[in-house]
This record gives sequence, C-alpha cells and structure tokens, in this order.
Amino acid sequence: MKNILLVLQREYLVRVKKKSFIIMTLLTPFLFVGFYAAVIWVAVGSVETKTVQVLDESGLFSQQFKDSKTLRFEYLTSSLDSAKTNLRQSKVSALVHIPDDIMERPKGVRIYAQKNVSLELKSEIEKVIEKQIEDIKLTEAGITRKVLEDSRINVSSQTISLSEEGEKSSSSGAATAIGGICAFLIYISVFVYGTQVMRGVTEEKTSRIVEVIISSVKPFQLMMGKIIGVALVGLTQFVLWIFLTIALTSVAGLFLGDRMPKDPKQIEQQMQEVRKDLPTAQLNQNQGPQNPVSEVLSAMNSLNIPLILGCFLFYYLGGYLLYSALFGAVGAAVDNDSDTQQFMLPITLPIIMSFVFAQFVLRDPDGSLAFWTSIIPFTSPIVMMVRIPFGVPAWELALSMVLLVLGFMGTTWLAARIYRVGILLYGKKVSYKELAKWIFYKG
Amino acid sequence: MNILETHHIVKEYAQHRALDDVSISIPKGSIFGLLGPNGAGKTSLIRIINQITGPDSGEVLFDGKPLHEHHIRQIGYLPEERGLYKKMKVGDQLLYLARLKGLSKNQAMDKLKIWFEKFDIKTWWDKSVSDLSKGMQQKVQFVSTVLHEPDLIILDEPFSGFDPINANLIRDEILELRQRGSTIIFSTHRMETVEELCDQIALLNRSKKVLDGPKKQIKEQFKTNTFFVEHQGTLPSQGTIYQVQSTREVEPGYHRSQLQLPPGLTPNHLLQDLIQQVEIRAFGENIPTISDIFMQVVNEVPET
Repeated sequence: MKNILLVLQREYLVRVKKKSFIIMTLLTPFLFVGFYAAVIWVAVGSVETKTVQVLDESGLFSQQFKDSKTLRFEYLTSSLDSAKTNLRQSKVSALVHIPDDIMERPKGVRIYAQKNVSLELKSEIEKVIEKQIEDIKLTEAGITRKVLEDSRINVSSQTISLSEEGEKSSSSGAATAIGGICAFLIYISVFVYGTQVMRGVTEEKTSRIVEVIISSVKPFQLMMGKIIGVALVGLTQFVLWIFLTIALTSVAGLFLGDRMPKDPKQIEQQMQEVRKDLPTAQLNQNQGPQNPVSEVLSAMNSLNIPLILGCFLFYYLGGYLLYSALFGAVGAAVDNDSDTQQFMLPITLPIIMSFVFAQFVLRDPDGSLAFWTSIIPFTSPIVMMVRIPFGVPAWELALSMVLLVLGFMGTTWLAARIYRVGILLYGKKVSYKELAKWIFYKG
Repeated sequence: MNILETHHIVKEYAQHRALDDVSISIPKGSIFGLLGPNGAGKTSLIRIINQITGPDSGEVLFDGKPLHEHHIRQIGYLPEERGLYKKMKVGDQLLYLARLKGLSKNQAMDKLKIWFEKFDIKTWWDKSVSDLSKGMQQKVQFVSTVLHEPDLIILDEPFSGFDPINANLIRDEILELRQRGSTIIFSTHRMETVEELCDQIALLNRSKKVLDGPKKQIKEQFKTNTFFVEHQGTLPSQGTIYQVQSTREVEPGYHRSQLQLPPGLTPNHLLQDLIQQVEIRAFGENIPTISDIFMQVVNEVPET
C-alpha cells in the first residue's frame, strides 16, 4: 500500500507540475467564462427597444399591437410614401403597412425596413394581424365580443397549465444541456487521461526504467499507483476549473452589473411579466428566444445539482478506471507510442459509440436504448450522465453503479495480467492471440 | 553461510523452458559470477531472485529463509536493460527510487549526500536526466542500485556504457561494497571481469546449470596437466615420461612445445626429466582461463 502511495505521489506531482497542466487549468476557465460572458452580453445587450411604425389604412388594428420589452409600436396616419421617406432618415426599425383591403387580401401586409427584418419580428407582427382578423371574422360570424372574451379567459386558464408544461420543457432543455456537458466532459477526460496512463506506461517501458521499479514494487502496485495518480490529476483539474469558473463568474458578474439577472425569483418575475405581455397562443413557441439566460438559470434551480455532481464524480472515476486500465495494458503490450494503434480500436470504439448513443438518449432519455446502454459498464459512464438530469429510477442507478464497479474491477484484473508480462517484453510485435495467452500465464 | 540458495528452480514460458532444475548457492561476502551464453536463462533466474516473476517450481532461500516480499529491501538490482525517468530531476529520481526501497525521506537524503560527494556530482541534483550523458546516467543508476545498502547486489552487465576510467571507479566501489559485507552477483559476458573479480561462478547453458563452485576449484578441475616449455635444442620423441603435443620454432634455435603429463605426475617430475634433455628458457603450466572453460563447456553440449 505504501508503495502504491509513493508511485501515486510521483505520478501526480510530475503531471501537476507540468507547464502544460498549469496553463490548461488556468486558461480553460478564462475561456469558458469569457465565452459565457460574451453570450450573456450579446443576449442581454440585444434587449434594446426597437421602434416599429404601423401605418394602418384599414383602421382595424389601432392599439392592437402591444408594446413589449423589445418592441415599441407607433401608429402613423400619414401616407405610405411619406412614411417610407421618413423611415430612411429616422431610427425606426421597421414600418408595417396594412392596406385597407386587408380582410380580403390578407397577404397584402408589407413590412419595410432599412435592414432586413428579423424573422422574430415578422412572425410577431403576422400573428397579431392574424389574430385580429380571426377576431373580426368570428365577430362577423355572430360571435359577440363578450363570448369571445369569455372564451379568451378559458384559453388563458388553459395556458397556465400549458405554461407549467412549458416550464417543464424549459427545464428539460437545461437537463439536456447539463447531461450533454457532463457526458462530454467524461468522454473527453476518459480519452485524455486514459491516453496519459498509456503514455506513462510506454514511457517507463521505452526508457527501460520499468525493470528497476518493479524490482522494488509489484507490477500491480505500479499500475494502480499510476492509474489513481492520473485520476487525481483529472480531479484536481476539475475542482480547480469549478472554483476558478465560479470565482471568475462572480467577477464577470460585477462587470456585467445589473444587466444580468441576479436571483432566480427576480428572473421568475421577469418571466411572468413576459408571459403576461404575450398573446396566449404564442407563449409556448416564443419562450426560447425571450430570455435564454434566465430560462437556463431558473431551470438549473429545478435540477438536483448535488445528485448530478455526485454522479458525475462517480461516473468520471468509474469510467476512467474502467478504460484507463485497458489503456495501461495497451501501453504495456507495445514498444512505443506509434505501435499503440492496432490495440486502440477495441478501446476507443465503445467510448465513441457511447458518445453517439448519448445523442439519441438525449432525445429519448427513458427508451430501451437508454436503459441498456446506461446499464452496461462500457457505455454507462457517458450515457447514464445524460439521463441523470432527467431523473432515473433509483434501482437503475444502483444497478448501473454496481455493474460499473464490477466492470472496472474486471478490466483492472485483465489489464494487470497483460501488464505484468508486457512491461518486461522488449522488441517484439505482439498479436491479440499472444495477449490472450498472457492473461493465463502463471505468477 | 549462503546468502542465497536456489533449489531446483523450474521456469517455463509458453514455448520453452527457461530454467530447468537450477540449484545454486551463493556464499555470503562473495562476488559471484553468473555466466552463460545469450538465452541461457540468466535474466530469468535474476528476475526470480528479484521476485519480478515467480518460479513454476523450486524454492529460493534468502539468508536461509524462503524468499519473501520484504527481502526486496535487502536486494539492489541493476538490470541490463536500464534507464531512468528522462524528464525527472536526478535528485528527485534517486529519492523516489530509494523510498521505493523502503528508506525514509531523511535517510535517503543523508545517504544521497554522501554518494553525491563521493562521485563529485553535487551539481547534478537539479539537472534533468535527459541533460546527462550516458556515462553520467549510468553513475546515477549505480547510486540508485546501492543506495539502500543492500546485502545482495545484482549487477547485470554493470560496465556497459562506462569509459575505462569510470569502469575502474565502479569496480573499486564494488570491491568496497564487498569489503563492507555485501554479496555481489555479476551477470556478464566479459570474461576478464570475471577472471579479475569473481571468486565463485556458476555457468548456465540451455536453461541448465552446467558448472558451479569456487573459481579456483573449477580451474583446478579443468586443468589438463599440460605444460609449455621454451627450450634450446630438440626434445626426444621417445623414452620420456611426457608426450609432445606440438612444437614450433619461436626464434632461431628456440622452440616452444606443449607437453602432456599422464595423471599422477607433477611438474617436478617433468622438470627433472627435461633438465637432462634440453636447455630450458621458460616453463609453465597451462591453466585454463574462465573464457576457455566457458567455450569448452558450452561447445560440449551438442546442438539439438
């Protein structure tokens, strides 16, 4: 045990002291926060109020266009030509021209602008007009405004339940994001740190120090020390990333100041306001673009963060241990880095496959593909992480964890058998058949 | 007292038997030469002694007790295929290797200081191994092998990579270590080293031990009772106690002959005989070198 600790200590310190490690660890949060800040800046910054002029020749739409946070409507009475001329000089974003025969020719609406009109604005205007025409047609068909308003109340009471549905869907957006990010991190780190283990083993083999070392420690101790040491390097990096990111985010928050919504309650309020502003039917479709940042932040609140973090650490370690042992065995079986290719495929394939499966599972987190791939140890570290933010039955989680532990014990055993023979074998091209034989060698 | 004994060691790999019933005894305080052609099984035996691999059958005794994991600390091993972590600093590296052998950090530090002064390499402490020349690396490696003052030191081709000056330095260190009570196993192909340093040898050939014992005794055993004599005049071919194997003229008037005595007769008998026949300029017994014995024994076994 003491030997494993010594090996572990060396593997850890050598890697943590490397310049590349320090740079990567410090730089990544800056890039991340910088990117994040830029997104917020753009998202929040774009909420400047645009003025839209409405030239309503039909007279049916006066005051139908409601001002919102992003849009302010002005009603014109001048002629179309003069309005168009004014548009060129003014700061007005767009001019909506509704001809007087709009009821007969609904396609006659024109939107003029100096630049291209955003799809969002276009669809919003179209919706308001469509709704108004619908109202009028309904009225013409004998439905009184009273009935119409009563029915509107009904519609709007339905919307509340719909909006709960909507909140759920926004939370599933966050779940998708969190699950995706976690799965991606595990995917990347299994590759990065697994390869580091493999490199470490081949380095010891090619520099011929391995025989000196294993005259002092057992090959298994050397392998485990290396694997755990590198795992801790990975954990150190994650922990530093998390802390640095939090620190930088709060600093960035100061700079972004009140442009960024602070507490979730406030966000919730804002969202309510937004909802009130919106015509009912639009609510579901329009949620996304309204305020993506606050959506995500509030959705984060609805997720079980401690569970996700705990599972992330577990599956990172489990997945890493499972694969790094195999990477280590490959490192032991070959003479130098360039020979590793032939043995890499069977290891990288399941990793890549599980990342591909993860894409499908994101869309259907409770399907049978999701179930099986999150139970099988070779794919579970990545796939299960995708599922966890959506909620997974406890027994499935427990089964998957137990199988993962058994899985890495299995691969470690297998790898150790190959390792102890491989590290002492120089200058020989090894085949799969030979590897299989090594597994059954005695002591 | 033997520091190490192996009894009937057998080790098999998939295709061949690397060690076949090998039993050797290494007396405490000796310098023991483990000889044999390539592939004879020397490295396999050394790895078993170092507990890198285990024997399929047979037993190894260290200091009279079955070999156990804790004996690792009493053994220092310099493998033939040796190396160091290239990017690690010399000092850190030696500390690490010493601690793997069970020394505490402070113990290792104290001992390292002594060796660094002895070899005059104090400036190397913070150097990365890759900045050292091959010879320098070998010195560092040697220090790592003996730092924990092992009772048994196993050196596999210790002089490869050293220039004559450094080779001498290492040779002197080896003798000093023996002086202090360590036992040394040499595995080498350089017969002059064996001739010079070893007092015990064992010869492995084709996985089997074919010869072992004190060097002197083995040489005695391989003596053929032949003598050389340089003489003036010619030796009679009949009526003498010896047989002339060959004669050649080394310079005008002088001949060098190889003579074979029958068992039981000594050099004195031969000299008495010769004095009456020729003028003797030089005389000596043909004592086989280790190299001769090696060649003879290895070639005796027919190729299969």
